[in-house]
Amino acid sequence: MTNWIDIADLNEVPRRGARVVKTRDGCVAIFRTAADEVFALDNVCPHKQGPLADGIVHGASVTCPLHNWVISLETGLVQGEDNGQVSTYPARVDGGRILLDATFLRARAVA
Amino acid sequence: MTQNLIIIGAGMATGRAIEHLVENAPDAFNITLFNAEPRGNYNRIMLSPVLAGDKTYEEIITHDDAWYAEHGVTCRFGERVAKIDRAAKTVTAANGDVLPYDKLIFGTGSNPFMIPLPGHDLEGVIAYRDLEDTERMMAMGPDNKVVVIGGGLLGLEAAAGMAARGVDVTVVHIMGHLMERQLDEAAGYLLRKALIDKGITVKCAANSKEILGENGKVRALLLDDGTELPCDLLVMAVGIRPNIGLAQEAGLAVGRGIHVDDQMITSDADVLAVGECVEHDGALFGLVAPLYDQAVVAAQTLLAQDAQFVQKEISTKLKVTGCDLFSAGDFADGDGREDIVFRDPARGVYRRLVIEDNAVIGAVMYGDTADSNWFFSLIKDKTDIADMRETLIFGPAYQGGDTADPLLAVAALPRDAEICGCNGICKGQIEDAILAGADDLAAVKSTTKASASCGTCTGLVEQVLAVTLGDDFVMPAAQSVCGCTEMTHEDVRRLIKSQTLTSLAAVMQECGWKTSCGCHVCRPALNFYLLADWPLEYQDDPQSRFINERKHANIQKDGTFSVVPRMWGGITNGNELRAIADAADKYNVPTVKVTGGQRIDLLGVKGEDLPAIWADLNAVGMVSGHAYSKGLRTVKTCVGTDHCRFGTQDSTGLGIKLEKALWGSWTPHKVKLAVSGCPRNCAEATCKDVGVICVDSGYEVSVGGAAGMDLKETEALAKAPTEQEAIDLTIAFVQLYREHAKYLDRPYKFIAKFGLDWVKERVVDDLDERAALIERFELSQSIYRKDPWAEHVTQKADSYQPLANLMLEAAE
Ligand code: SRM
Ligand SMILES: Cc1cc2nc3c(=O)[nH]c(=O)nc-3n(C[C@H](O)[C@H](O)[C@H](O)COP(=O)(O)OP(=O)(O)OC[C@H]3O[C@@H](n4cnc5c(N)ncnc54)[C@H](O)[C@@H]3O)c2cc1C
Ligand code: SF4
Ligand code: FES
Repeated sequence: MTNWIDIADLNEVPRRGARVVKTRDGCVAIFRTAADEVFALDNVCPHKQGPLADGIVHGASVTCPLHNWVISLETGLVQGEDNGQVSTYPARVDGGRILLDATFLRARAVA
Repeated sequence: MTQNLIIIGAGMATGRAIEHLVENAPDAFNITLFNAEPRGNYNRIMLSPVLAGDKTYEEIITHDDAWYAEHGVTCRFGERVAKIDRAAKTVTAANGDVLPYDKLIFGTGSNPFMIPLPGHDLEGVIAYRDLEDTERMMAMGPDNKVVVIGGGLLGLEAAAGMAARGVDVTVVHIMGHLMERQLDEAAGYLLRKALIDKGITVKCAANSKEILGENGKVRALLLDDGTELPCDLLVMAVGIRPNIGLAQEAGLAVGRGIHVDDQMITSDADVLAVGECVEHDGALFGLVAPLYDQAVVAAQTLLAQDAQFVQKEISTKLKVTGCDLFSAGDFADGDGREDIVFRDPARGVYRRLVIEDNAVIGAVMYGDTADSNWFFSLIKDKTDIADMRETLIFGPAYQGGDTADPLLAVAALPRDAEICGCNGICKGQIEDAILAGADDLAAVKSTTKASASCGTCTGLVEQVLAVTLGDDFVMPAAQSVCGCTEMTHEDVRRLIKSQTLTSLAAVMQECGWKTSCGCHVCRPALNFYLLADWPLEYQDDPQSRFINERKHANIQKDGTFSVVPRMWGGITNGNELRAIADAADKYNVPTVKVTGGQRIDLLGVKGEDLPAIWADLNAVGMVSGHAYSKGLRTVKTCVGTDHCRFGTQDSTGLGIKLEKALWGSWTPHKVKLAVSGCPRNCAEATCKDVGVICVDSGYEVSVGGAAGMDLKETEALAKAPTEQEAIDLTIAFVQLYREHAKYLDRPYKFIAKFGLDWVKERVVDDLDERAALIERFELSQSIYRKDPWAEHVTQKADSYQPLANLMLEAAE
């Protein structure tokens, strides 16, 4: 069951950019693409914990600011030759507001 | 028995429904047709050609009086339905007439949305919906100014229609690019260009604040930034809202529109609804194609036939002459989705297909939409395109054969096909030149001039060479900027200047980028080239910058940041040091280090604390040291004549002057300077990008040193008798470097490519060029010589904080 919670106005996150949401279990990065889709991923690069929200967003990917690993925003999978995966969370935009799934986030805190 | 059918609204949807009814069961219903507009059904979408003068109103009438008479439709035009009594099954007209019905159809369409700006009720503020609005616009001529708010389909058709009448039109659009719902940025850019060519002024990312009036009549539109746009008429085309008031009063179920089921029946079994006023399965409608389907389903339902309305993909085309564009489906980026982009800069063509699971799910086309129907059918039919993926983007003509090779397409071109648009060179002339001995690009360029101007046709010329020479020609493998493009940095820089490309979207289009919005390699480079070449026109894009430059601090391996304030020429004082010490305590800075650049680094500051620590440092006058930037870093100095017994000139003073002149400027790579007071060179000036050594007779300026991955000693640029000349030479050199170097080339690499003599000719020998370089640098500095810390503290501090804090939420 989804339990959408309202996070913020879409425009608070720049196009091709990201902001973080603090949770008890670390930060979740909220990305907004050029096409106004939003994605939520753990703000931690599988390589050496780089803060993904500080990366450069292009297409539906982000490049980690520390050593340029490229990560898919949709699947969390590391692209190219490197390997790894970042957890992703349901996120969507409704009426210009960003919504996250609370049930999912809580499940993560427990896990 | 004949039933009474009353229809509310003679619009595009109900017109189609009536046709279907009278053709299939002429005697089933007594039809009464109400319309609030004083006329019957006409083709509303053709109002734009009427406005532009391409058609007359008479030509767009779909049903005339004779037609209604012939089919026994009772017309009550210019009459609004005022009330419905569903229990009594009657309709009350505006004049009080009460009419009984057996079946009722709502086709009330939409109301244009008017932004409730102050002044929106002034005379001369109109929407664009009906013939009256169109006539108001047609009354405008070359002496009039009109502002159109809204850069969507409707607003642009209104603007283009009036521009065709010679009206001075300005389109004000709130989003960053036109028709953002149908087009991606690249196509939006091309559209904007085409509209500007038609003489229309286009203002994107512009916020309207107030409509100004005079004697109750509109006078001008005032924007947020204070700009006033004078106008005699203001057209708002910002969206529509389903017209559901009457249905709501009658107690029908409504959401955003009147709720209907698949048979177009509302919550009352005897009442149907079609067109823009309905909401079906959560969706609203704003284009005619689905409305026609609805109309036919409604008619079939009334005739007790089995029919269902199914939502389909829809596509958009713009009816502005000369702007060929098409969009359909979903064209957002996404994982598992693949983009195929084709750009033909010479013809202004852009095509983008979005592929998912071997099917086309979205398409955007600009410039050449001839194949749009074919692509649209691929989307609708979810055709498996696996077999034609390679050639798909070229359209149907390239399918079914083995013409996947672009060389074959070039080979097939006739001899009179134009290759170089700038110089009017045809394929035949290039072939002749090749046969006469020009066997590489340079030779073709010098003998025919093909590709010698803007250079966009370079690839084509090379293909002609390859086709003509066969195996004798080896395609040059120039290093492209990144995987998004075939072009080199040099090509891109040249095109940005020669084609006046002033936005990222413009560069990506004209240089044939293969991705929709670049990547982390090309975007920072393009952002630099654009701001270096067009300081006034281009707006820096923080999202195309590496985090250090976006957040004006240096990211550390644990995600914290280091903060380095400027210490002009390495000079500081008690106040500054106290502020640094206080900041170190207040923000729990784990490491305070003296850098190799004569200043102090606060390492390990939390991202959220950045605006606060900057504000504290700003308070004693310290500004960003740009220790994170591809820009001016430090100017190291020695103590010079102030204290040293060997000092010949005021090296500290000159260092400070240089740092104050150059700080804030962005450069292809970092730039470091040093000024030593004598040849003992305590400031290590001979391994800097620009080094100055003071001597008795003046200043020796040398350039191209480095002490990083490569160790390079500077080479002498010139000797300057005065301090001012030393400053001028330095600034002119830095500007030359900014204008020509490849992104991430330090000055020594730039000099190696262009030659020190080439640099000297411009910076030292040609005094006019030196002055011009300095002038261009100063122009850029009028924008960029500002403390980014102070700017972010006042304008962007919030963006450094988390978007939301769910600590409690997650704890539940
Ligand atoms: C802080 C400092 C070291 C120190 O503790 O002294 C430093 C620290 C860094 N240097 Fe440096 N460099 C520092 C002086 C130097 C110097 C010496 C100098 O400037 O006098 C050099 C050699 C001189 C030169 O540049 O030619 C130097 C050559 C480099 C290079 C190699 C550049 C090259 O072109 O070969 C890099 C890598 C790069 O820029 O791509 C680099 C990159 C870096 C980065 C920015 C790496 C990074 O991207 O994170 C380091 C950031 C550390 C941090 O988290 O803050 N640093 N770096 C010095 C800051 C000076 C300042 O006040 O701004
Ligand atoms: C300038 C312009 C250009 C367009 N171009 C395109 C295009 O290129 N492609 C495309 O697909 N779509 C286009 N559209 C949109 C298209 O015209 C509409 O989607 C379509 O007209 C909607 O049809 P409808 O029957 O729902 O409503 P309408 O055609 O708006 O008809 C509704 C009618 O109901 C009447 N009415 C409302 N309330 C009452 C009442 N209480 N009593 C009596 N009558 C009432 C209104 O006066 C109106 O005449 C364009 C629209 C405009 C304005
Ligand atoms: S030399 Fe420079 S880049 Fe290398 S570890 Fe030291 S500070 Fe970092
Ligand atoms: S931590 Fe992300 S690439 Fe190294």
